[in-house]
Amino acid sequence: MPLYNLSIHEAHDLLSRGEISSLELTKATLGRIDEVDGKLRSFVTVTRELALAQAQQADERIKAGDHAPLTGIPVLIKDNMCTKGTKTTCSSKMLENFVPPYDAAVVEKLNAQGMVMVGKGNMDEFAMGSSTENSAFYPTHNPWDLERVPGGSSGGATTAVAAGEAVYALGSDTGGSIRQPAGFCSVVGLKPTYGRVSRYGLVAFASSLDQIGPVTRDVTDCALVLNAIAGHDPRDSTSVDQPVPDYTKSLIPDLKGLRIGVPEEYFVEGMESGVEQVVRQAVGKLGELGAEVDWGVSLPNTPAALACYYIIAPSEAMANLARYDGVKYGFSAREAENMWDAMEKTRQYGFGPEVKRRIMLGTYALSAGYYEAYYLKAQKVRTLITREFADAFARCDVLVTPTSPTVPFRIGERVDDPMQMYLADVCTLPVNIAGIPGISVPAGFVDGLPVGMQILGKPFSEETLLRVACAYEQATDWGQRRPGV
Amino acid sequence: MRLSSEEVRHIALLARLGVDEADLEKFSEQLSNILENFEILQRVDTTGVPPTSHPVALNNVLRDDEVAPSLASTEILANAPREEEDCFRVRAVLE
Repeated sequence: MPLYNLSIHEAHDLLSRGEISSLELTKATLGRIDEVDGKLRSFVTVTRELALAQAQQADERIKAGDHAPLTGIPVLIKDNMCTKGTKTTCSSKMLENFVPPYDAAVVEKLNAQGMVMVGKGNMDEFAMGSSTENSAFYPTHNPWDLERVPGGSSGGATTAVAAGEAVYALGSDTGGSIRQPAGFCSVVGLKPTYGRVSRYGLVAFASSLDQIGPVTRDVTDCALVLNAIAGHDPRDSTSVDQPVPDYTKSLIPDLKGLRIGVPEEYFVEGMESGVEQVVRQAVGKLGELGAEVDWGVSLPNTPAALACYYIIAPSEAMANLARYDGVKYGFSAREAENMWDAMEKTRQYGFGPEVKRRIMLGTYALSAGYYEAYYLKAQKVRTLITREFADAFARCDVLVTPTSPTVPFRIGERVDDPMQMYLADVCTLPVNIAGIPGISVPAGFVDGLPVGMQILGKPFSEETLLRVACAYEQATDWGQRRPGV
Repeated sequence: MRLSSEEVRHIALLARLGVDEADLEKFSEQLSNILENFEILQRVDTTGVPPTSHPVALNNVLRDDEVAPSLASTEILANAPREEEDCFRVRAVLE
């Protein structure tokens, strides 16, 4: 196996035994980027010099016996997390030249372990999208079929991990932006419980929904990365002060006594029959492994979740994006008549069409006369959706659903129909509404295209999700297949 | 709910967002289509249901107001489109 296809734990063992160096691993990964990134476009920025320097430092650390699980392992960071001295663009013209003066909390934490960052990952502009086609720079291509989308918005993170351009990645998930592309690229993607990981230094999109999480090749790696990034941070007042367990301890492939619910509303109209079949078989497998499966769970407000999400997320986004005024940082329109004109033109030429749509949608939902019908109503429906999940988790340990209703769609197929694009997240966004954790694991293929299975649990039940994911992974070989790019 | 091009222009103004004249019609169609799909919300019975204020049960988080190191102004200004005398330079607010 080429070095660039090693998992974190495999690479860690080889590094520990001195059989490989971080420098060798990093060079192999950078070589792989040279080989395939012209086709995939996973990266906005490749940080070659930085990675080589960090790899040398990591090798010194390891020699000195100071060896953490992620030391010396090449990582891609989605380009909406601040990296001191390295451009953080959000794949937007607005931040094309923005160089943060500080690191995001998660970047600090990876640095403390001896991070080797190979680059910053392409994404939908400001994380708004489901296909990575909304990047202001270029779309990212799915390594399983270059004419199809990788999903989004963390598309660069999931393609890089699937294709060997990074051993693991950090993504962010506001409505499915880690899980949906993980499903489309056949890798493991976890959205932790809201508040589990600090958002300090994550460029804000929708503050009550955003959460950072791992993108990895297997479930063990997912646990290792979560161990590294989870925890309370006083700089993010929404991060929760709860002890962080050792998540690798939950990797026990035994499902006896575990109650799994399958919510019928997630097998939605418009779901592809191939996807449905793959996911039903995967649930059947969990039953064979000893879990009790209840196929009749109902979450009746699920059909309203999409509307609820697309009111709340744009409302928060319009407030968060009001900071881009062309004064403090970012793009600034020069040719303008006065202050207001300058601000309007800065946003007109700095933001792409989807960002503009969401700013307008949010502005409308919050404006006088519509606030109660849209924003307030959506927040009440949010309460109902959260309660429904809580009721279901009183009877089931986890819920299992498809990650997406379809396999990866073709590039260009949905870009002119925003409503169709929004439907790509129909199975993932209720999870952000309720703030609960969710993981997508590879569950099979339809005509060579990946299908993901999503496992959901109550707040702070990441250990249970990892246990189910681990059991399924050990009983199947879907996660071991690599794309032929 | 149908949004006319005029309404789109008004919303864009509220958000201080410049929009090309040529795009107004397209945005009006797309936003109207999205809002029509959102009518499902009105059919959910939310009588007596409180709105969510926070996804996890946290009350206001307070801390002591203590002096701590912060970034140097040169670092903060490094990304400024225009600066002058250690400050962000802005256009005239009053004319």
